[in-house]
Amino acid sequence: MTTATYAGHDVEVDGEGFLEDPSEWTREMATEIARDAGIETLSAEHWKVVDFMRAQYAEKGTGPTVRVLGKTSGVSIKELYELFPKGPAKTAARIAGIPKPRGCI
Amino acid sequence: MANRIVVLGGGTGGTLVANRLRRRLGRAEAEIVVVDEDDRHVYQPGLLFVPFGLAHVDDLVRPRHAQLHTGVDLVERAVESVDLAAREVRLAGGTVLAYDVLVVATGAVLQPEETDGLTGPGWMERVFTFYDPAGAAALADAIAAFERGRIVVSVVDMPIKCPVAPLEFCFLADWYLRRRKIRDAVDLVFVTPLDGAFTKPVCNHELSGLLREKGVEVVTEFSTGTVDGPGGRLVSYDGREVAFDLAVVVPLHGGAKYVERSPGLGDELGFVTVDEHTLQSRSHPEVFAIGDAAGIPTSKAGSVAHFAGEVLVENVVHVLAGAEPTASFDGHTNCFIESGFDKALLIDFNYETEPLRGHFPSVVGLPLLRESRLNHLGKLAFEWLYWHVLLPGHDIPGVGAAMPERGKSFPERGRARERVR
Ligand SMILES: Cc1cc2nc3c(=O)[nH]c(=O)nc-3n(C[C@H](O)[C@H](O)[C@H](O)COP(=O)(O)OP(=O)(O)OC[C@H]3O[C@@H](n4cnc5c(N)ncnc54)[C@H](O)[C@@H]3O)c2cc1C
Repeated sequence: MTTATYAGHDVEVDGEGFLEDPSEWTREMATEIARDAGIETLSAEHWKVVDFMRAQYAEKGTGPTVRVLGKTSGVSIKELYELFPKGPAKTAARIAGIPKPRGCI
Repeated sequence: MANRIVVLGGGTGGTLVANRLRRRLGRAEAEIVVVDEDDRHVYQPGLLFVPFGLAHVDDLVRPRHAQLHTGVDLVERAVESVDLAAREVRLAGGTVLAYDVLVVATGAVLQPEETDGLTGPGWMERVFTFYDPAGAAALADAIAAFERGRIVVSVVDMPIKCPVAPLEFCFLADWYLRRRKIRDAVDLVFVTPLDGAFTKPVCNHELSGLLREKGVEVVTEFSTGTVDGPGGRLVSYDGREVAFDLAVVVPLHGGAKYVERSPGLGDELGFVTVDEHTLQSRSHPEVFAIGDAAGIPTSKAGSVAHFAGEVLVENVVHVLAGAEPTASFDGHTNCFIESGFDKALLIDFNYETEPLRGHFPSVVGLPLLRESRLNHLGKLAFEWLYWHVLLPGHDIPGVGAAMPERGKSFPERGRARERVR
């Protein structure tokens, strides 16, 4: 486990940069995590996905996979990849401060 | 009056649950009805061998009704929808079946049409799947005629049935091409949306090593967006391309279509939402799900349906008696991984424990996560067990529903020491 500083707060993150404790997350941190993940500015479309991820996590205890995002977030898989080129579910989860979506076995 | 238990689907899970329930409950206690749209039960694990001429589809199919015990009724109709509030199932043709307990066991369906171009030009000519009987048979002809070029085995996205089957396909393809003495003329490529050959670290390490040894190139984190049959390429959502001469694609999977037409029954992908331990619906206590249809974090495998069956039956009996379900499923999964040249590996794991080395089912037994001839014989014996032990709803002697800890090498106990108690 390592510590990262986002928006002036020290937070624990795992080896891939995911927040250990989703409750520490703030919207200010999201902007800085995004930069670390290679996204310079978060547009309204980015936020739509990030907010959706957080809502899903609050409801289900796990973030959605890309396929479920494409079906339910109102943003198509193609657009999701344009927004988050390095993998929408993973990157958006990291920016949203929730754990990496549980991969299926 | 007897309660009516309606089981939707007469495949692996539905058949074994109906048979176990029939033995457990007297006719005065419960009427048991299984609904399936046809009378052809396919031994799906056998489909892996069809493309290499090692099995024939006709030999993998038996009548469904013959697998069901006397006292279990089979209704040969497609399910149209479930009305959870009214506790009724609507069947094609308009018949309505009321239930006291519903067990959903309609498995997973293949959705090749959901991927751009997959079922377009080239489908069943140079783009195939071995996940259904027609595809497996057609692929056998294509592979027999294949002389040189690139064979690409691709998983579009998870979840899929038997997640190790595409890897087994690569191992068998390597063996098959060597036997035909054309291995040097063929590139074998495995394309996966995951970041490794398998999701769990110890097993991933072992399987990645085997792929390397057999000269199979691996492309990871590739989310297939488009299959271009005429152009011979897979294109990922992030714009990467993998060229092929022959593509073997495992299409997207979802729950049976009627789940979407049944409000409250399933999730976004059509899998039925149940508790991962009790297998009971959280909103409707009289509804259960088993096998590939269940939205629980296990592999979609016949062995899972077998182990879950014992738990589910226990809980159905509790619920019929007006009690709470107390039996708990641990996510036990057991898979043979055929690796070619008459060898196979075995993995055994559950929700908590990833596949580890050691032996199964105890300190003395089949080697885990290691290639051996014994495991290959185990894989072959599984077909007999399937028809004669799993489907009739018997327990496998010495193998309980819960994953055995004995015989496994737990990392925290030192690498070489297997747990003996
Ligand atoms: C290539 C391949 C290899 C595999 N290898 C292995 C292996 O080695 N080991 C292993 O354990 N598992 C393996 N599996 C997985 C295993 O076959 C499945 O997990 C298992 O059959 C699931 O059982 P089920 O009852 O959930 O679904 P199924 O057995 O698929 O049964 C579902 C049933 O529901 C019926 N149905 C669906 N929709 C409707 C409807 N609307 N109305 C009426 N009926 C309907 C279908 O006709 C079907 O009979 C493999 C699968 C494949 C494809």
